[in-house]
Amino acid sequence: MVRKTIALALMSGLAFILAFILGDWSPMERLSGVAYDYVTRGAADLGAMNLVTAIVVTYRGLDTLGEVTVLFLAASGVAVLLRRKRDEAAATVKIKRAASEIVTTGASLLSPFIVMFGAYIFLNGHLSPGGGFQGGAVIASAVLLLFLAHPDYKLRHNVLNIIESFSGFTYVLVGLLGLFLAGGFLDNRFLPLGTYGTILSAGAIPLIYTLIGLKVGTELAGILENMKGRA
Amino acid sequence: MKLVMVLGAALMLIGFWGLITRRNMIKMILSLAIAETGLQLIMIAVGYINGGTAPILDSAVDKLSAVQQVVDPVPQALVLTAIVIGVAVNALMLTFIIRLYQKKHSLNISDYKDMKW
Repeated sequence: MVRKTIALALMSGLAFILAFILGDWSPMERLSGVAYDYVTRGAADLGAMNLVTAIVVTYRGLDTLGEVTVLFLAASGVAVLLRRKRDEAAATVKIKRAASEIVTTGASLLSPFIVMFGAYIFLNGHLSPGGGFQGGAVIASAVLLLFLAHPDYKLRHNVLNIIESFSGFTYVLVGLLGLFLAGGFLDNRFLPLGTYGTILSAGAIPLIYTLIGLKVGTELAGILENMKGRA
Repeated sequence: MKLVMVLGAALMLIGFWGLITRRNMIKMILSLAIAETGLQLIMIAVGYINGGTAPILDSAVDKLSAVQQVVDPVPQALVLTAIVIGVAVNALMLTFIIRLYQKKHSLNISDYKDMKW
């Protein structure tokens, strides 16, 4: 009872603060500061139609490298914590009932197209809404569908590890190339900017987003497989 | 946009309420995820410009007067980062819970007093 009261008091305090902040808030009328610079110069400087992509991959590229690192650390943490247990207590999870015909057929029919859609999303990250992280998540959802249809489905860890390490390494390498050949770390302009609005444009942005998409897709697939446990 | 702000604040309050009052660790993590969603809604709403459109400079947006037409892309990029980090952190926390449950067969956080001072 006391705990409930304290919680209620805390929440009403937080609600008061939020109401105070939201009370006289209204949307901005024009862009200001760094956003103004990004919008006025982003398209001409970097050749990317999608300004969010320009910010994520180039202007704030170092943040994104850190983000990929955090995701990698979390995926390795999940793997370290869950993989050892699996050898000790083999086959603790029993499959109660195999997936139905509809699910298995649907999964094998749809998963190639889902992977293709994920690749489309990260290849067009500089032209349309989307990018490496979104595309990677879509690819991982195809893996999830396969796990639902075939609970004993095994991923080939060697291939996944090679793809993941290769894309992470190449990402840093591309960043260093930007440092030596263009303006700075993760600068995309060491490759030609190409025609504005076509798929081979915006310098290294499609390359970086492809690498991020592969890395995120394999990492999320690994997390899913570890969490699935042993079927 | 004010509505989005209020909804985001409500989600944050629901999430923190759950985080304080629930004892089940999985429910606590779900509460944290709900609060996170609310925060992301608020951040997106902060970057809104009155009457602006998405910051993608295709044929719908005139390239020269884009500054007057698009919303702020910086909060959107930050929220993209926040979502990915949120997924990673949630997955890691759920893994910790799986391991804890394998040790003590309890999801109640009051049963784990080893690190309590």
